[in-house]
Amino acid sequence: MNAAPAGAAPSLSARARAIGADIAARHAEAVDRESRFPTEAFDALRRERLLGAMVPTELGGGGASLFEVAAACHALARGCASTGMIYAMHQIQVACLVNHGSNGWHRELMARMAAEQLLLGSATTEAETGGDIRNSVCAVEADQGTGEGRFTLAKNASVISYGDQSDVILVTARRNPDAPSSDQVLVVLTRDDYRLEKTTLWDAMGMRGTCSDGYRLEAAGVTDQILPLAYADLSAQTMLPVTHILWSSTWLGIAADAVSRARAFVRSEARRKPGTTPACAVRLAEATAKLQQMKTVILTAIRQYELACGSPELLTTLSFATAMGTLKVTTSELVREVVEAAIRTCGLAGYRNDTPYSLGRHLRDAHSAALMIGNDRIMSHIATQLLVQRDGSGPFE
Amino acid sequence: MPQDASPPFPNPSLQAAGSAGLPPTAGGGADDGMIAGIRSVLAECGGLAVDAGRLAVDDDLYAAGLTSHGCVGLMLGLEEQFDVEFPEKLLNRRTFESIAAIRDAVRGLIDGGEA
Repeated sequence: MNAAPAGAAPSLSARARAIGADIAARHAEAVDRESRFPTEAFDALRRERLLGAMVPTELGGGGASLFEVAAACHALARGCASTGMIYAMHQIQVACLVNHGSNGWHRELMARMAAEQLLLGSATTEAETGGDIRNSVCAVEADQGTGEGRFTLAKNASVISYGDQSDVILVTARRNPDAPSSDQVLVVLTRDDYRLEKTTLWDAMGMRGTCSDGYRLEAAGVTDQILPLAYADLSAQTMLPVTHILWSSTWLGIAADAVSRARAFVRSEARRKPGTTPACAVRLAEATAKLQQMKTVILTAIRQYELACGSPELLTTLSFATAMGTLKVTTSELVREVVEAAIRTCGLAGYRNDTPYSLGRHLRDAHSAALMIGNDRIMSHIATQLLVQRDGSGPFE
Repeated sequence: MPQDASPPFPNPSLQAAGSAGLPPTAGGGADDGMIAGIRSVLAECGGLAVDAGRLAVDDDLYAAGLTSHGCVGLMLGLEEQFDVEFPEKLLNRRTFESIAAIRDAVRGLIDGGEA
């Protein structure tokens, strides 16, 4: 039941870095080529007990902070972007449970998550609403047949990433069949509670290992499984900030590996003509500047989250929502720019698929960033918020 | 689902002080007039799924279909109607969760403005 004492074992990010560099990186090409789940990396993450990293220590988890988990996403994504993204998506669901699941059912599940190293997925998008995850068509229905306190739920989920491998799925739905589409709750379902029928297969440009297939989900459970806080609040306080921070950290990992490859290329060029700096080194400097910019906005966002954490008032202010929204838009554009600058640095060695400096997979993975919850949708939402926003009163506001 | 029964976080240590914490006023005619004004702004700008005139003052407006997008229109409408300006710390979901919550916020702003 006890997690390893903090001082005895290597830190979370050190263990994630080792798995990212040794295992995720070794299988990244096969995962990408075959569009398959990164099984080897997740076997290792389970062995190292990293799936329960954010579960509180009193429930047997690692009690890790968001900063530590973000660093782990980054370290994994350096080796394999799909591995980093799946780990990020898993931890986003864990954070929702840790912050908002306080009843006995939820606490028991969290203890199981740590003990059995369960993998958590999510079903937020719906065929009928597309990328608009703040509206649902499906609804939680009280189950008249089996007595008090039970519900059924059916959802036509256009995407459930790694649905086949998930042990638990968090599902958005309307609170009841009479509720408006925006009055949503988050329902926690274990593998025993649901049945999945695959409707579409994931064959995409990048992030191919996330196996973001579509499914029809049918579930039944007890009402204790529903997180009590309205999804709109839960999203503002936890899901949205944690999502954007962990996604951004994953993209930073892609960008960092691209810059590493570009740096190695420039060094090899410099060795061939000692005494002169290769012309392409200027592009490397440009990539490095953008990488640093990306890192800065992520660290700032983590700090803002830490400052607001524990205060529903601060977490639900418009200025916080704007900060977390712009984070995603900024980093998703920067990751592509960094990778492109790295390709320009490496030239054909980066363009080819058969060199140590190949960057095709990085570029394809990076292009997913602007599309996951489309930037245009986020910017139009932020533009509306700005109609009423005021100057904040906190530090640096 | 009763959202006000228990705080979502065990230790809301940074609850906003000031206008949000003003004592409730005695009510009466001015109160009725304000609530009628709020209802008309809700009907015009709130984008609700139901008739604003049939909502009780304590009904959950989010359960009635109010969205964050709707909140923006609602707030602009309230500022116009009551000639007030919502400060940063009132720009959150709680301020607009019911007609009563809006009344308290607007009253706080009007009273604060006169002080």
